[in-house]
Amino acid sequence: MEKELYEIKDNAMKLIEESENKEALEQIRVEFLGKKGHLTSVLRGMGSLSAEERPVVGKVANEVRGVLEEAIRKAFDELNEVEKQENLKNETLDVTISGTKMPLGSKHPLTVTLDEISKIFISMGFQVTEGPEVETVYNNFDALNAPKNHPSRDMTDTFYISENILLRTQTSPVQVRTLKSQAPPIKVIAPGRCFRCDSPDATHSPMFHQVEGLLVDKGITMADLKGTLDIFAKQLFGSQVKTKFRPHYFPFTEPSAEVDVTCFKCGGSGCRVCKGSGWIEILGAGMVHPNVLKEGGIDTEVYSGFAFGMGVERIAMLKYEVDDIRLFYENDMRFIEQFR
Amino acid sequence: MLVPISWLKEYVKMDDNIELKDFCDKMIMSGSNIEGVHEYGEGIKKVVVGKVLKVEKHPDADALFVITVDIGSEELVIVTGADNVHKDDYVPVVQSGGWLPGGVKIKKGKLRGIVSNGMLCSAQELGFGDNVVPSAIKEGILILDKAYPLGMDIIEALKLKEETIEFEITPNRPDCLSMMGMAREAAAVFYDTLKYPSTIIEHETDDIKNYISIEINKPELCKRYTARVVKDIKIKESPWWLQKRLMTSGVRPINNIVDVTNYVMLEYGQPMHAFDLRYVSGSKIIVDTAADKQKFITLDGTERQLDSDMLLINDAEKGVGLAGVMGGLNSEIKDDTNCILIESANFDADNTRMTSKKLGLRTEASARYEKGIDPNLCLDAVNRACKLIEELEAGTVVSGIVDAYPNIEEPRKIKVRAERINALLNLKMSTDEMADLYRRLEMVVEEKGNDLYIQPPTVRLDLKEEIDFLEEAARIYGYDNLDVTVPKGNVQGGRSRKQDLQNIVKETLMAVGVNEIQTYSFVSPKGVDMIKMPEVSIKRNFVKLMNPLGEENSVMRTTLIPNMMETLVRNYNRNIGKAAAFELGRVFLPSHEELPHQPISLVLGAYGHGNDFYKLKGMVETVLNKIGIRDAEFEPELNHSTFHPGRCANILYKDTCLGIIGEIHPDVAENYDISVRTCICELDFENIFKNANIEKIYFPLPKYPAIDRDIAIVIEEQVYVKEIESIIKEQGGKILDKVELFDIYRGKQVKEGYKSVAYALTYRDADKTLTDEEVGKVHLRIVEALKNQLGAVLRD
Repeated sequence: MEKELYEIKDNAMKLIEESENKEALEQIRVEFLGKKGHLTSVLRGMGSLSAEERPVVGKVANEVRGVLEEAIRKAFDELNEVEKQENLKNETLDVTISGTKMPLGSKHPLTVTLDEISKIFISMGFQVTEGPEVETVYNNFDALNAPKNHPSRDMTDTFYISENILLRTQTSPVQVRTLKSQAPPIKVIAPGRCFRCDSPDATHSPMFHQVEGLLVDKGITMADLKGTLDIFAKQLFGSQVKTKFRPHYFPFTEPSAEVDVTCFKCGGSGCRVCKGSGWIEILGAGMVHPNVLKEGGIDTEVYSGFAFGMGVERIAMLKYEVDDIRLFYENDMRFIEQFR
Repeated sequence: MLVPISWLKEYVKMDDNIELKDFCDKMIMSGSNIEGVHEYGEGIKKVVVGKVLKVEKHPDADALFVITVDIGSEELVIVTGADNVHKDDYVPVVQSGGWLPGGVKIKKGKLRGIVSNGMLCSAQELGFGDNVVPSAIKEGILILDKAYPLGMDIIEALKLKEETIEFEITPNRPDCLSMMGMAREAAAVFYDTLKYPSTIIEHETDDIKNYISIEINKPELCKRYTARVVKDIKIKESPWWLQKRLMTSGVRPINNIVDVTNYVMLEYGQPMHAFDLRYVSGSKIIVDTAADKQKFITLDGTERQLDSDMLLINDAEKGVGLAGVMGGLNSEIKDDTNCILIESANFDADNTRMTSKKLGLRTEASARYEKGIDPNLCLDAVNRACKLIEELEAGTVVSGIVDAYPNIEEPRKIKVRAERINALLNLKMSTDEMADLYRRLEMVVEEKGNDLYIQPPTVRLDLKEEIDFLEEAARIYGYDNLDVTVPKGNVQGGRSRKQDLQNIVKETLMAVGVNEIQTYSFVSPKGVDMIKMPEVSIKRNFVKLMNPLGEENSVMRTTLIPNMMETLVRNYNRNIGKAAAFELGRVFLPSHEELPHQPISLVLGAYGHGNDFYKLKGMVETVLNKIGIRDAEFEPELNHSTFHPGRCANILYKDTCLGIIGEIHPDVAENYDISVRTCICELDFENIFKNANIEKIYFPLPKYPAIDRDIAIVIEEQVYVKEIESIIKEQGGKILDKVELFDIYRGKQVKEGYKSVAYALTYRDADKTLTDEEVGKVHLRIVEALKNQLGAVLRD
């Protein structure tokens, strides 16, 4: 009987090995291990065995059952695995097809630039403030120490609404508003639209954006101005840029400076962007003229301050190598979407 | 301001070896910004002095001449088109293989059968600008002023090597519109003392009293009037050195007398004018305002109508010069002029500016007067002019000067606190060191304790008070040499709530695929007509510009819709299939206050596949929800002429109107010539801001399960879903958790004029598990109410 069991085992093992699919395997299982299977029928015959033989054969029979069950399970697993692999293979996607398009809009490049500038100054403790686009002559010129006959006041340069009301030509009137409404320490930037009588061409626009900065506190020096703008330039254009302060003239600052940065495209060796000079002018700045502070009711013997202003279009044009300022106001979606 | 370096070097010693770049850098960093450098004589090769031996007509070309020139080493035959060349003239000759400025190479060539062995040059070809070459030789060859050695290099003969620097002069420094002014700056930079030009006249005769007297009737408009007389005038061309100097300084030579007045103007910054004394009657100059509507012909031959604010130079009978602007044609220097009066006067800046502006006549003189000139220059300038005329042997100077200077301007002395300068510049200079900085700028400095008493040169009209000396110290010390520090003090930076909210709106719109645009604040008044803005709308009242660039930018916008339409149409016309855009910007509404009301408005616009009314509405709802404005009502608006009457709604929230949304009316679309459906929404951002609430509060998650029930009804077409939903919500009460519209169907199974509307309702109780019975009761109530109130029929 033992022999018979081993034969069953060998037979079954052979069939298991040869089986090619799950149906065949199931058949084998039924055939050998099922209620009417070979092994079962052999076991049924165990009743005729002697008491000594019975445990011996029983052990063998259990052993054979165990081996076969294990073999069938394994064979099933293997077939399952093959089947799984087959399924995965059938589910293969062309992953090179582009993904489902998600809607994503873009901020206007001027907003992108403005946000970047603001972020830097906010991190240095500046509050963002604003002023109206239609301003008084007083805030735009008089209170900023602009000479009465300054050519920028002409109707050929400035848009007027009436004799006393104009479209601001600079964001500097926000300085006046801030000085009149706040007590030092004052530390603000004021981004916004400005207007000048320039017919639009590749480098001129009758409307443009500026960011004004103003800091008034005790003991503010020109060295502080240099330090602040140096940090700003490095944050905006990269830590490798250097700044250069050139003497200049603005009615509302004294001393005044124009600030150049080393060309961030060529690093200062000279290229198309910097017109070969290695330097690019990015902003105007200076120590706030005492007349402006006085106009704002500030004691100039106690407080001093600095102010600066920069053109957002100019910085955006430099940064993104935009060669025509009109692109900003044409609002071609293909242009704007490049700044997503 | 064009400054030839050789001229500058007459007044200030500079190291001859200093590199041009170094010179420029130092000048820039001390405050004299440079706009450009022109190097005369660069690129000229194999151009020599030649003498014309023969001038013949070209046998086969009427307009050409065949010239034989001797250049010392050989005789060359050259064909030229110029007709101002004569036998024995000395001319510049480019030999074949020679070069002219701008990389022009001259080669031997045949002109109508005759070989030309080079070229004769004009002044322009040697590098002088068309705007400065004397009119007489503009069209011809430059005839040399004397017999230079034949074959001599033209650069050497005419001393063509010159570097001219173009300085940018800021409005506060009119004194720098002169060689002396720039020399003063250079002297400060290069530690030198300024050398003044000679004004010593060798020989004077006669007495000016026999010729002229001066009267100033308007001393407030003419601070000083100085004049001298020169007789035995011989008008001729100026010598080459003078012509070249003027040309390299940007001034066209005219004749010796005019050239001298221009030379002195460039040298001192003092405009001058020469009258032919023959035509000055009564031996008198009277400075007075003109009569109203007085006619006067200026040098340029134009008759001008003056008014009683304009200052006029008169003789005993008539006007002879428009003060500070232009001389009169009646007293102009002519070729036969024999005796001249040289005017060196100081006219009021504002008055000159006003006259020049009213007449639309801007001259070199008026441009200088209107910026302000030191009256103390008059005397030196007139003497210098006489000195030069004598030197040029162009006349004999009459002795004596008439000098009317009613209120002499004394040099100012200003107290400057060294401590203050040091504090603002973060320096620790001693008073001695500081005084030295000022002395370098030709200032007289007296030290008293910690203070400096500074007397600047009188030409420095910009230095009036202590603060003006701060920049002088800073720039001579060098901005570069100042410390770099970070401001002390700790102030918190950030944005206002309103700015934050604008940013959130922008970010949200970007997230739903809308691009931001920026358009002009000034627009055409026609825009509101284009969008058919209702006639009664307050948005038709504009804040108008007095001096717009054109009608299309003549009023401040009152709505952002026209600009949005233009942008969308521009994109549509560029074959961009679909677009969605927004703008967040100010509009301008007239107000009774000093300034117009300038609130912020938000506009959205979209066209193209998928960008329909509901898409735009979804975008708007997303934005409103994001900033805490939930359940804004969209109330149908049937009468706004900008929009499609059946596709437009006012957006209401807590009894205020936030804005309007709709599809553009076909008539408006036609106005813009856009043939796709376009949707627009404009929102009052100020109102949104007032109602926004971005605070978040946690709402507990549901503890008990929900029961879902669908409901589908057939209802008349004109019933708004809002009506259905409000009934559902009303009847659903506390246990109705969510109502979602999932289908609207019109078609076969539904009667004409009806629609099938289907909702998914979610019931849930916060405190217990609902039973089917409880839900069934409420659900039935809803169905009944829809039936009774709206005539809805339940669909199965």
